[in-house]
Amino acid sequence: MDLTLKIWRQAGPEAKGELKTYPISGVEEDMSFLEMLDYLNEQLIDQGIEPVVFDHDCREGICGMCSLFINGEAHGPGRKITTCQLHMREFKSGDTIYIEPFRAKAFPIIKDLMVDRSAFDRIQRAGGFISVNTSGNTIDANAIPVPKENADRAFDAATCIGCGACVATCKNSSAMLFASAKISQFSLLPQGQPEAKERVLNMVHQMDLEGFGNCTNTGACEVECPKGISLENIARMNRDYLFASFSSNK
Amino acid sequence: MALDSKIPAGPLGEKWTKHKGEIPLVSPANKRLIDVIVVGTGLAGSSAAASLAEMGYNVKAFCFQDSPRRAHSIAAQGGINAAKNYQNDGDSVYRLFYDTIKGGDYRSREANVHRLAEVSRNIIDQCVAQGVPFARDYGGLLDNRSFGGVQVSRTFYAKGQTGQQLLLGAYSALNRQIAKGRVKMYARHEMQELVVVGGKARGIIAKNLVTGELERHSAHAILLCTGGYGNVFFLSTNAMGSNVTAAWKAHRKGAYMANPCFTQIHPTCIPVSGENQSKLTLMSESLRNDGRIWVPAKKEDAEAIRAGKLHPNDIAEENRDYYLERRYPAFGNLVPRDVASRAAKERCDAGYGVNKTGEAVYLDFAAAIVRYGKEEALVKGVNNPSDTDIKALGEKVVEAKYGNLFQMYEKITASNPYKEPMMIYPAVHYTMGGLWVDYNLMTSIPGCFALGEANFSDHGANRLGASALMQGLADGYFVAPYTVGEFLSKDIRTGAISTDSPEFEEAEKAVRERTDKFINNNGTKSVDFFHKRLGKIMWTEVGMARNEKGLKQAIADIQALREEFYADVRVLGSANGMNPELDKAGRVADLIELGELMAKDALQRNESCGGHFREEYQSEEGEALRDDKNFAFVSAWEFTGVPAEAKLHKEELTFENVELKTRSYK
Repeated sequence: MDLTLKIWRQAGPEAKGELKTYPISGVEEDMSFLEMLDYLNEQLIDQGIEPVVFDHDCREGICGMCSLFINGEAHGPGRKITTCQLHMREFKSGDTIYIEPFRAKAFPIIKDLMVDRSAFDRIQRAGGFISVNTSGNTIDANAIPVPKENADRAFDAATCIGCGACVATCKNSSAMLFASAKISQFSLLPQGQPEAKERVLNMVHQMDLEGFGNCTNTGACEVECPKGISLENIARMNRDYLFASFSSNK
Repeated sequence: MALDSKIPAGPLGEKWTKHKGEIPLVSPANKRLIDVIVVGTGLAGSSAAASLAEMGYNVKAFCFQDSPRRAHSIAAQGGINAAKNYQNDGDSVYRLFYDTIKGGDYRSREANVHRLAEVSRNIIDQCVAQGVPFARDYGGLLDNRSFGGVQVSRTFYAKGQTGQQLLLGAYSALNRQIAKGRVKMYARHEMQELVVVGGKARGIIAKNLVTGELERHSAHAILLCTGGYGNVFFLSTNAMGSNVTAAWKAHRKGAYMANPCFTQIHPTCIPVSGENQSKLTLMSESLRNDGRIWVPAKKEDAEAIRAGKLHPNDIAEENRDYYLERRYPAFGNLVPRDVASRAAKERCDAGYGVNKTGEAVYLDFAAAIVRYGKEEALVKGVNNPSDTDIKALGEKVVEAKYGNLFQMYEKITASNPYKEPMMIYPAVHYTMGGLWVDYNLMTSIPGCFALGEANFSDHGANRLGASALMQGLADGYFVAPYTVGEFLSKDIRTGAISTDSPEFEEAEKAVRERTDKFINNNGTKSVDFFHKRLGKIMWTEVGMARNEKGLKQAIADIQALREEFYADVRVLGSANGMNPELDKAGRVADLIELGELMAKDALQRNESCGGHFREEYQSEEGEALRDDKNFAFVSAWEFTGVPAEAKLHKEELTFENVELKTRSYK
């Protein structure tokens, strides 16, 4: 198929970016979207044009490295997929495709389509863990039974891949879905209880420091989330936050 | 240098406990004076960095991804083994040890494998304490499933995302130490060179991938947790960025490379669809718990399917060849990976392949769906269920077990595996070979350690499913943090290591010269052009079946490719700033050298064992013929200037607890 690509090119964080047009032909429908970009880059190199920079790694929808805002949607058309799982059969010959980076104040652009999502790491560092050393002397795993329903819900929350589609999609650039997923995972498990109050307070505080916006319950994040993380997690986080705000000892 | 594996004396079951008790300790005050560098933040790296920091060492951790959480351990699907015997099916530390030695076709060290089996139980306890959400049964206790090559259920899992959940657990432990300032994290950094001072590994040259700057980092010990080198085949289930550079730089500085030809070709991957494919996707081995593998029994049916004239669902039961169940009745579809892969290749080579390229077999869930459906109907009290009811109920059960894998498959192939069988074919997945290490996981360069897939030590010639996660976390949480003590206890008076020494100067200069060469090369072909060619050579001649003629050809072809690469590779842009093409060029340069050594290693091993199948050495039935008399050793290669002239050192393997037998799954 033949396509017209409009791709955001930006030489560096401070440089001025713009959409550049690249016609491309010979795209096959079995190619993934990123393989299509590889194919474009090969042609650009042949022409002596610097290839387009974009983040990617596992190419099977789990590392969370790939991003891209495609035709106005995080990870492009299709639901519950990352960009690497998007295939060209979703497009037709003659289409024009707009490819931009994830945009948010807290995700500064590094180059072209690549953004800096280290704010997510800093939110996790503020409390996204259970304080247990790796001594090998913890109690037997089956000494901590967890009701299956809670374990399954904790797992569902824990499947977040930290890609940032929720932030890129949200009109407020809010990271509530991301933060609430981690907070929920621990909130649903007995192991997470001792630090639950401090965790939610600290992680929400860090989220605000990073410059993410607030949540206005639009729900776009849930729709665009490649892992289908539920809005229910935001409700749980808000409830935990409120409770902790009034009852924390600190 | 003679190879000393430093295996402790004493009975097998007591070696580790005794050794651990005798390793010299470093006092808390002295630990604060000791710096450790950890390269790579997958399961091995994250867990090691977190544990060392907890103990009090100053840790610097490096990863090339934008966050430590994205290392490729994240993509492991099926599960993690542990000898917990929660299912009361007769499992024990000894059985896990035995299965692993046998599964590895008797080419791994008894002492290392037994230690792995021992600490496997701690891993599960540790992970649950960290909040890793493993699958549970209705009583709230942990659930297990079965994996290839074993007859017990010892695999713990979190749907098809076990690697993700374990890595996020290790990442959370790492984050806790980063927040305390005990670990300094360098994301988007790649190790470019190892710095050896006075015969000891004392630092690295790292490149900041965002700015292009080269940085010098010194430490008293360096831990390479940098994963495997499957990307030497270009197409593999590895991540695009997975590479051998850190391990190869260590090899060039004196670390021996062990058993580099031992590669795992995983039997159940989505087949190659076209020339522009960039990677292959695994379908977890756990699917073989319920999926049955088959091809048409009649060649004309296979031909009709390939031509699109026949649908697999229309082939009657008696015209299907469930070749694994036929050839290996005792283990059936759950034979180890190397056996399953070769059997698929054998059928496809014989003309029974089922997709356009003729390189695919079926993995069919229809029988499991009906079996589960009937069970559910009984449990739910559905009277006289119709076939449609049974299928619908059964599909729900299968979805609960493997939902994300089925979804992944459908996204890639646009075919619904609930309704028609999956098509699968073997693909490169894991490398058992790696840096040679002693019992303490130290390479042949003092102070340089290798953990996880980056070392060679535990899986012999074939790794069993769900054992990679086990080994990564065992090395990182429970082995290396203790064994580094033996080396570091002698370093308490050393003080901080300067980065102004001539050794650092020289290492940095070498890196700069390499990058400048690429940038100024003005060639005509992209990096991928060469990488794809390397992959073709490796897959054809150093892949699932190897022979003397092909391997010699491969060595000649790779040498020619290397010359052409340096003469004609084109890297645009500059060395200052973000330049992924330049980074890729450096990685491919190292993969080319490694490929040559792999072929050389495969050529010297005149036997078939595990993933290494030499066509000259097979039984009349086509099974691998091992040669214990002449090849019960680890081949450890010393770099001498070019891969072709690497020097072979042999570490003889002694088996005191297991009898060497022909591996049979019949």
